[in-house]
Amino acid sequence: MSVLAVSDLLKSYRAPDGTTTPVIDIADFAVSAGEQVALRGASGSGKTTLLHLIAGILTADGGSIEVDGRFVTDASEVTRDRIRAQSIGYVFQTFNLLQGYTALENVRLGMMFGTGANTGRARELLTRVGLGDRLDYRPSQLSVGQQQRVAVARALANQPPLVLADEPTGNLDPRLAGEALTLIRDLCREQDAALLLVSHDSSILAQFDRVVDLAELNRAHLNYESTTPTDA
Amino acid sequence: MHSLFLVRRSLRQHKLSTAVTVIATALACGLVMAVFALSAQTRAAFVGGDIGFDAVLGARGSKLQLVLNTVFHLETSPGNIPYKLYKTVEADPAVELALPYALGDNYQGFRIVGTSEQLFAFEYQVGKKYRVAAPGRAFNSRYAEAVIGSEVAARTGLRAGSKFYPTHGTNPDGMVHEEDEFLVVGVMEPTNTPSDRVIWIPMEAFFRIGGHVFANDKGEMYEPKDVDTIPDEHKEISAVMLRFRGRAPITGMRLSQRINNSGNVATLAWPLDGVMGELFDKLGWVTKILELVAYLVVLVAAGSILASLYNTMNERRREFAILRALGATRTTVFAAIITESAVIAAFGAVLGFAVYFLILTVAASVVKDRTGVIVDTLAFNPALWKTPLYMIGLGALSGILPALKAYGTDVATNLTPQT
Repeated sequence: MSVLAVSDLLKSYRAPDGTTTPVIDIADFAVSAGEQVALRGASGSGKTTLLHLIAGILTADGGSIEVDGRFVTDASEVTRDRIRAQSIGYVFQTFNLLQGYTALENVRLGMMFGTGANTGRARELLTRVGLGDRLDYRPSQLSVGQQQRVAVARALANQPPLVLADEPTGNLDPRLAGEALTLIRDLCREQDAALLLVSHDSSILAQFDRVVDLAELNRAHLNYESTTPTDA
Repeated sequence: MHSLFLVRRSLRQHKLSTAVTVIATALACGLVMAVFALSAQTRAAFVGGDIGFDAVLGARGSKLQLVLNTVFHLETSPGNIPYKLYKTVEADPAVELALPYALGDNYQGFRIVGTSEQLFAFEYQVGKKYRVAAPGRAFNSRYAEAVIGSEVAARTGLRAGSKFYPTHGTNPDGMVHEEDEFLVVGVMEPTNTPSDRVIWIPMEAFFRIGGHVFANDKGEMYEPKDVDTIPDEHKEISAVMLRFRGRAPITGMRLSQRINNSGNVATLAWPLDGVMGELFDKLGWVTKILELVAYLVVLVAAGSILASLYNTMNERRREFAILRALGATRTTVFAAIITESAVIAAFGAVLGFAVYFLILTVAASVVKDRTGVIVDTLAFNPALWKTPLYMIGLGALSGILPALKAYGTDVATNLTPQT
């Protein structure tokens, strides 16, 4: 059973001069429940845009995205927010931790808009990622590797069926990258969450059974220039 | 629930700007409450309080000046009335009490009032009489004795057994009546009225002070001796404090007509609260201006809430984008900012009570010092609940613009750190 199903997905970028440039054009793509898939793509190939479309942060121009049985496309913004809060965990390359919040509070935030904050679970998760003694530390008081671990714990806090990871090791040195990848994969397995991880690092990609080349998947990539589209 | 969590963290993160905004709001809130409370209380103190009298009979002239001079012991006396007019009014069966006041001297700036022993017998408020604190006693009308108000005692150091010489007029630097020594025989218990600032002496003793008797209708002068009684025709007094039998307004109307028809001799200030009410009505524009200034300060405070939040919006765009990426709706983010501005205003409103009590304490001290009127800093005024509520509402409104900016934050654009 697919936890993510993408079909005839279209997204274009409208330039200031009025011309439109296709960014995403994917005929068919699916991720099964609990499956771990790596998405290979060079910089500017539309990786982040695709993840944003799946997460409902951007809206598609056409086609459909189904996450855990719910259609992201055609859903209202509030519904997309709810799907993102309840069904998707997101790990960013830049971690995107809130600086004014402690590690524990950052993880609680990951649950707050979905099933509701659970301090006990947040504490357990942080302990699981090796930060049981850093609960009250702010991101600025943590190392880069520790920040990424907090981000991973936050993404999985809500026990989402789908985790999206956008170059999660891009800001880490090889040793830390390896540790972070292992952690993400292990946690996803433990929670039976599907993982869609985007990377262009071959050593990362080599660890996945299923690697999808975005250049092949995305029919629009040939015409695409590095641009981040925004919703109107 | 989400909003409160986000607000707590945000306030913690922006401690300095929050503290400055809270202080500005507190000042505004405290100022508004103080202006309204002071305005209401001074009006009540001057207009609404029972002073034990219904009317004041005095020289022809300003009723307001007469009331300020006799009731509040402010201003100069508008002049004198013949003693026989006092005796006539005193004999009126509708008049329960006619207390004569003879003014014209001071001691260290405190008014000296010649009056009768009835002063110690009547109730200036229900159940309250002027009492002389032990070990003192009331003055004896036959001697140059004085009973002083509690404030006078505290300020001048005079006490029972002290002696003093009156100074002519209301100026403390005026001519001293060096031959007219007075003995303080008692200190009044505090009354929290302007009377606490008065030195009371017997009428007869007042007339015996140099220059206090007058030529009679025939132009004949009189030199009072120690033993004789001063003839009424040589006496003039400043005012007569009147209480009507049954405190009947009809007596006031009748007396007022009679005094007005008796020529340019006297004025009856009646009703007393009406006279003072006119003063406050005339000065109403001052209160309005104060209120306007207070409202402007409130607007400035609301503006400071808006500015402090709005200025952080750019640095917080990524924060909002992250929250949205975690599933927060636009409404959640919008509500968080509105709640934050309302909470800042609420903190300011709470702290505003401290500002209010500070302003009122200082103002009460000044008012008491200048007039003897007591302003109750703990008295309730509707402004004490309305102002905080309005401030919180205004604070919430101030958050709308920043909240709209947060509401419109584009998630995809702002998720990446800006360099």
